[in-house]
Amino acid sequence: MTSSGNKTLKKNGSIGGFFNKLIHQQIFIPLAALFLLIIFNLIADPSFFKITMGESANGYNVLSGYLITIIDRASELAILAIGMTLVTSASGGQDISVGSAIAIAGSVILRVLCGTNSRPDHMQAPIIVAFLVCCVVAMLFGAFNGVLVSYFKIQPMVATLILFTAGRSIAAWINNNELPVISDPEFAYYGNFIPGIPIPTPVFITAACIIVIALVLKFTNLRLYSQSVGINSDSSRLNGINPQVVKLITFVILGLCVAVAGFIKVSRLSTINYSVVAKDIEMDAILAVALGGNALSGGKFNMTASIIGAYVIQFLTTTLFKFNVSSTAIAAYKAVVVIILVVLSAPIVREKLGKLKEKVLPSKSAKEAA
Amino acid sequence: MEKGAVLEMRGICKYFPGVRALEQVDFTLRGGEIHALMGENGAGKSTLIKVLTGVYPKDGGNIHLAGTDSAVNIRSPQDAQNLGIATVYQEITLCPNLTVAENMYIGRTKSRLTNWKKINEDAGKLLESLAIPALPTQQLGSCSIAVQQMVAIARAVDMDCKVLILDEPTSSLDEQEVEKLFKLMRQLKEKGVGIIFVTHFLEQVYEVCDRITVLRDGKLVGEYIIEDLPRVQLVSKMLGKDFDDMADIKSESDTEKIDYNSTPVYEAHELAGTTGIKPFDFSIHKGEVNGFTGLLGSGRSECVRAIFGADKVTGGTVKIDGKTVHINKPLDAMKNGISYLPEDRKRDGIVGDLSVRENIILALQVMKGFFKPFSRAQAEAFADEYIKLLNIKTASSDTPIKSLSGGNQQKVILARWLLANPKYLLLDEPTRGIDIGTKVEIQKLVLKLASEGKSVTFISSEIDEMIRTCSRLVVMRDGKVVGELKGDDLNQNKIMATIAGGESK
Amino acid sequence: MKTQYPIKGRKRQKMKRLMKILVSTVLVASLSLAACSCAAKGGDEEDSGLIKVGIINNDPNESGYRTANDRDMKNTFTEENGYDASFYYSLKNEDQIAAAQQFIQDEVDYLLISAAGTSGWDSVLQEAQDAGIKVILFDRTIDADESLYEASIVSDMAQEGQQTVDWLASQGLDEYNIIHIQGVMGSAAQIGRTGALDEMVANNDNWNIVTQQTAEWNAENAQQIVQSVIDSGESFNVIYAENDDMAKGAVQALDAANISHGVGGDVIIIGFDCNTWALEELLAGNWNYDQQCNPFQASYIDDIIQNGVSQKVVIMQEQGFDATTITQDDVDNYGI
Repeated sequence: MTSSGNKTLKKNGSIGGFFNKLIHQQIFIPLAALFLLIIFNLIADPSFFKITMGESANGYNVLSGYLITIIDRASELAILAIGMTLVTSASGGQDISVGSAIAIAGSVILRVLCGTNSRPDHMQAPIIVAFLVCCVVAMLFGAFNGVLVSYFKIQPMVATLILFTAGRSIAAWINNNELPVISDPEFAYYGNFIPGIPIPTPVFITAACIIVIALVLKFTNLRLYSQSVGINSDSSRLNGINPQVVKLITFVILGLCVAVAGFIKVSRLSTINYSVVAKDIEMDAILAVALGGNALSGGKFNMTASIIGAYVIQFLTTTLFKFNVSSTAIAAYKAVVVIILVVLSAPIVREKLGKLKEKVLPSKSAKEAA
Repeated sequence: MEKGAVLEMRGICKYFPGVRALEQVDFTLRGGEIHALMGENGAGKSTLIKVLTGVYPKDGGNIHLAGTDSAVNIRSPQDAQNLGIATVYQEITLCPNLTVAENMYIGRTKSRLTNWKKINEDAGKLLESLAIPALPTQQLGSCSIAVQQMVAIARAVDMDCKVLILDEPTSSLDEQEVEKLFKLMRQLKEKGVGIIFVTHFLEQVYEVCDRITVLRDGKLVGEYIIEDLPRVQLVSKMLGKDFDDMADIKSESDTEKIDYNSTPVYEAHELAGTTGIKPFDFSIHKGEVNGFTGLLGSGRSECVRAIFGADKVTGGTVKIDGKTVHINKPLDAMKNGISYLPEDRKRDGIVGDLSVRENIILALQVMKGFFKPFSRAQAEAFADEYIKLLNIKTASSDTPIKSLSGGNQQKVILARWLLANPKYLLLDEPTRGIDIGTKVEIQKLVLKLASEGKSVTFISSEIDEMIRTCSRLVVMRDGKVVGELKGDDLNQNKIMATIAGGESK
Repeated sequence: MKTQYPIKGRKRQKMKRLMKILVSTVLVASLSLAACSCAAKGGDEEDSGLIKVGIINNDPNESGYRTANDRDMKNTFTEENGYDASFYYSLKNEDQIAAAQQFIQDEVDYLLISAAGTSGWDSVLQEAQDAGIKVILFDRTIDADESLYEASIVSDMAQEGQQTVDWLASQGLDEYNIIHIQGVMGSAAQIGRTGALDEMVANNDNWNIVTQQTAEWNAENAQQIVQSVIDSGESFNVIYAENDDMAKGAVQALDAANISHGVGGDVIIIGFDCNTWALEELLAGNWNYDQQCNPFQASYIDDIIQNGVSQKVVIMQEQGFDATTITQDDVDNYGI
């Protein structure tokens, strides 16, 4: 979504210059992290990258392999990262209720599909109807958060704490504390495979979301407005922007992202366990935004970097599973990697690194200057 | 030390990187007097106060207090308090959720055990003796702002202060509350307390003060007994123009061309807002440059903000080209062809992290609509055009605006509003804090715009700038429009007399 | 203004006196209530002869187990069965203790507690004992002196694990290559269910752990863990998931990769908790074994209240179900 990478190449004309520029690009951090993970896996076990075509239980050919698992499993996170990036940009805070909101969104879908019986033989409504109802509900909850943040001027984290706490109880209430199950295989297509298509469906859904947001950013002023509001809300107001409405819109968009992510989640298992579904996903979504090098205090953002950040997180998770890191240690490993990435992406560290590079390779920069 | 003086500051110097905030400033405060400290923004008033209260360490000079033999060294606000120097700030710095008595004694009880009964009694006595209408057990937050202000003073008085500094205490009070405060100040004065009164309000100075010290550009202009210094003189001393010797500079603009009989481009009747200005009437014609003038805090900025709908508008009617319109928010004004360059560039003008290009197109883009973004090429064309036109010094149109110098930032904001192609431009202090070359450029631009048929309202704290550019001046004092000057009346003497008000001759 | 303070002082004294009267009234009232033993909350409840129980439980939304447990409690302690039951739910220990205090003040006859945390209960249980209230713990034990409660009705998680591992051993496979999916690390259920398997693996050469990961009770995480093993190409023939949800997630991953499971399949599927839907999977032969974690303590408690205490710690009967022997009646009776 940013073309400056290509431009710098043209301007500098040399690989060294290009690399120099790239280091100062925001997108450098998530790309570098991804690159490091790939290198690590390549050295540790090249079979990590093997993709095979095999037959699934219902007799269709599907692709499998770690890479497929990664792009499949990162779907919900990548979609959430889109909305979280916008919310972060405009409001200078984060929504910590997305996990609970997914529980609600998923419960709504199942409730609509199941009707009064928690385990019907046939779906009681078309999937598209259930999905649309879920979108409306999720956007309403997003709007609820948005109103608290924009009109009541409550800190985003505090405002969304309400739904964070109450969301899973609401989800339980939607289905009368039952755990509904959909037995119709069609419902499972969206979280798994559509018969005959060897790539997991969530990959397509995510791709669609990314295309939609790219188009939205291209054909509306969402980027300009949310960045302006996040950087200087007073200035924005005096330029005719309504900061409250802009913040509200970003929360509603996040609500929509939650609906899509929730849909994938429930479709993966054709059921929902509202107490654990999408648990702690809000932290991963925020982390994706941070890994993308976006300031969590709002303002400028790079959507591509956030989305790559989401894939980095999944890449890391899958790598840890692959190497059988012990259950008790897995959180610690993740934390260490995250600390390194976040520290590296801090502007102050990057500045220092840039200076260090100058010192180590003075001849090169001197040559370039000449 | 001078006889009767409670405080003497001699040769005080304070430097900040690149700025001489205070240069050899003397200040003397006598017991039992109310001493006004006057000066425009940046004159050094607040720096002097901060040196005195230990917020800033001084870079030179001595401070003597009555009762101490040698010069005192004030290193922290706590030191100042212990030495009997108390300060009451514009914003209440007490805790609204504690009681009046608690606020008066908090942080000061020496013993570990607090006898609240006794404290309440003491507080009650003190409040009574100062005739402050508050109960010791009342929550501070439930008192009016004036009473809160007085409680802060009572707290200071009870600390046996010899020097009481009141920093803009009246700016959030209404007239009756100000009266009450003054009564209290006079009582304290009778008790022998020396009071330093910092304010922007001339009327108040002449009502309550005995002496005035004027600062300008970090230097001492002089100390005067109030009777010896008429208002006009005070204003000219604050602004640094010698009242009698000032040459009249004629406006370069061709005022003849303006047709005052035509329908005004903008006309407001009884326009009122929530920012403390009185409802006012105002109109401007095609090709006219007018100005709002007055001392800082007189309401001149609030007037233009009201015109732009920047703050909540509570009443009045507005006509654009004779047609009644409703301007309740900035976008309404923009759609009616009004642009506004705000006074505080950093807070209200620039969007710091965004590029020069995005800052330039922002207003036009917003007017065009959310769903119709300019193409990158179009935006770049606009940006390049105005970077060239206004000679904005920037590495590229991609550079974040925050890395530009103040003058260039201001030009970007100007470019933003010129691009919006308004009928009527409101420029609030467009020349503040920028170098002299750019100032002249901007003034020329204003005149050029007027000659192209745009109307401009220009505000500057430098009166000669106003005289040079404006064909009409609206003079404000204490939130009221107190005069309108044009033609031959447009000279420094007349302007200053009107700003000062009262005894203009 | 000067006369203010004496008045204030007098007021305060008056207040104090008022408080004293109030407190003593409450004390007298509660004492007299205690004397008549059954609380006289409203006129219609007087002399109703109902046994008053205060039930402190975890949030029923916590899990399917808890939902079933709460339903069971509500179905047992009804007015028809001679009870006047009040319920309080919280996942927080402090809130539960506060609720217990409230119930003591309300003069309940029995206090039934499923504690969120193990510590901090001593003083409140002492209070209950002093007030003559009998305490019965269910589902969770606490760190307090045994004399402070009548009985404790619990599941033995280690025994559940052992039963399951014994069943698995009885299948007589040549080699056991196990994907072990754990619950939230450190929870009682995880420790008990992991312990038995770990011991078995340590003592037998033909028992191997392919991977041992926590899915934190989350089906989707379990799906990922199994997916990861499939991606790696390692072979396995047992999935030991510490609850039904995770077993379900694991099976999803197998289905996607076309690996057969259940009765006659390549992979043995083991779950815990006996959710109704899980037992139905057994019935259909998709899974092989499900171990009960009995949430139905109400009947045990009812028995103790009606017939007196027989033993301090009651370990509930829990059984496992084999796909080859399970019947529809089992599903109906034991599914939660």
